[in-house]
Amino acid sequence: MASLMSRIRWGRGAVLLIAGAYFLVPMVCSIIFSVDDNTGFSLNAYTGLLSAPGFLDSLTFTLELAAVTVVVMLLLLVPALIAVRLGSQRLRTVIEIVCSLPLVVPVVALTAGIIGVLRWGPDYLHDTPFFQTIVAIQNPSFPVVLVLAYVLMSLPLAYRALDAGLRGVDVRTLVEAARSCGSNWPRAVITVVLPNLRGALLNATFITLALVLGEFTTSSILGYQPFAVWIYEAGKNDGQMSVAVSVLSLVIAWVLLLALSAAGRERRGRKPARP
Amino acid sequence: MTTVTAPASGVALAPGGATVEFRSLRRQFGATTALDGLDLTVHPGELLALLGPSGCGKTTALRILAGFEKHDSGQVLVDGEDITKIPAHKRDAGMVFQSYSLFPHLSAADNVSFGLRMRGTGKAQRRKRALELLELVGLPQHADRYPHQMSGGQQQRIALARALALQPRVLLLDEPLSALDAKVRLNLRDEIRRLQQELGITTLFVTHDQEEALSMADRVAVLRAGRLEQCATPQELYARPATAFVAEFVGTMSRIPCERVGNGVAVLGRQFPVDGAIPADGELHVLVRPENVGLTPGEHGEALVVGASFLGSVTRLTVRLSDGTEVKVDLPTEAAAALPVGGTAHLTLPDRPVLVDRRTA
Repeated sequence: MASLMSRIRWGRGAVLLIAGAYFLVPMVCSIIFSVDDNTGFSLNAYTGLLSAPGFLDSLTFTLELAAVTVVVMLLLLVPALIAVRLGSQRLRTVIEIVCSLPLVVPVVALTAGIIGVLRWGPDYLHDTPFFQTIVAIQNPSFPVVLVLAYVLMSLPLAYRALDAGLRGVDVRTLVEAARSCGSNWPRAVITVVLPNLRGALLNATFITLALVLGEFTTSSILGYQPFAVWIYEAGKNDGQMSVAVSVLSLVIAWVLLLALSAAGRERRGRKPARP
Repeated sequence: MTTVTAPASGVALAPGGATVEFRSLRRQFGATTALDGLDLTVHPGELLALLGPSGCGKTTALRILAGFEKHDSGQVLVDGEDITKIPAHKRDAGMVFQSYSLFPHLSAADNVSFGLRMRGTGKAQRRKRALELLELVGLPQHADRYPHQMSGGQQQRIALARALALQPRVLLLDEPLSALDAKVRLNLRDEIRRLQQELGITTLFVTHDQEEALSMADRVAVLRAGRLEQCATPQELYARPATAFVAEFVGTMSRIPCERVGNGVAVLGRQFPVDGAIPADGELHVLVRPENVGLTPGEHGEALVVGASFLGSVTRLTVRLSDGTEVKVDLPTEAAAALPVGGTAHLTLPDRPVLVDRRTA
């Protein structure tokens, strides 16, 4: 028995070591590459970031897109999922299928579809007010079309995060309890349901943020330059800086993740009472 | 509206209980009829238990009263006013749910004062009122605890305090004890009854547990397939059930085949008058409670003792008649000792009208 336990411990250690190496080695190599300029240790790649042309613009542009995407995604999904739980459970499957559809459509195909619509629009809608809409959503200073694409892409992941959160909450009973305490529908949802979905909302937000920060294909094909596209372009001229930016974006993602788990851990530390 | 104060607790109370009336209430879910013309009146300050098997419509009736469920036709009146068009949050009805329904992100005090917050009451006043109510339910020291830090029984007490915080006209209890273990259930049962009587609030209590209903309620309404079978005091319901269904649902009943003889029936070689009407056709059974059956040891008795269950001061014996009918008999444990399993005995029924029903499959 003791030898079996010992073997299991060794097995676990080996798996952890291999997984850790698989995860850490590329990152360590990236960090080494970003701070080694052939003469020794140097942080030039990092200090030069702020002055690099397009860095701040693309980062700001991406964060703006991410913020709007998160808001649209939450406004779309949260009321829908709560309504389904309160109203018709049968629609839950429909919503799950609809939200999972973007998983089976390759991003390139989705982008090709968007391009098709954007080309088709001006031809058929040029005499209608919709023509201006088609033009407006492609405005280079803030392309709404990218937000729409990102919302679509984030649906499967954000749906899973929110659905997992909702599974842990008896939405119907909580809303009914709030209503019996004198709260109307919207207030019951805002004051009772949403605070109990904090973790799920943060998860969905983080996942969407990470997706927008790293999305390259659609924005590149549509001709915009958010952060991921800028990293790619910068890498053509200065590989070291491009890797430095990648490392930096990883750090930003980790900081967000830690903040998220810290927020979710707030009340978990307390032990429940014995019944 | 005047507010009275309970001398014992010092907590402001509802201004006396309200009268609740269900009038010809109907509710259909697809092909299933949940309520089939329910007529029922709950008197002011009364605790009325809605009792019945699963699917009999008791919870539906309560949810319609609370405003969480729509009705197809009929009326629900509170103090003579039809409330069916009033939204749930304006109905002035406090509710305790079967599942723990405390708001997980709020402390016990904040849960209790939630309704007052919705009404715009100031923070200090809310806190004061919450502490008063927590005192009332015996949990003042739990004010700052969160639901996940409390046991099921404690959570239901907090839920009760929350339901009472707004001084509702009606208190609705939807199987609030069913998720609790036996000992906690007994304690909370007494606690709810004490509070209800102290506050004098009209209360509807949904349960499928007959013991709970009989021990707590002023009156018990037995529902079956969306219809009211009988509404009476627990004593009357037990002693004089209006129908065979009530008789068998409330307490334990045995069925003994009998024959029609004039206006009465013959069973175990004797004739008995009938309580109520005799079914016009079909094979008949007499319904008898275990404590109403007499059993005396006898070598050539018609009953064979086939089982015995020790229940404390009484022992429940199961005897089999020659036609295979099994009858439950409660005897004092000392008397039951003289009737071992395998022995025979004479079975007797008391001299009073018996309840008769058609034979069921």
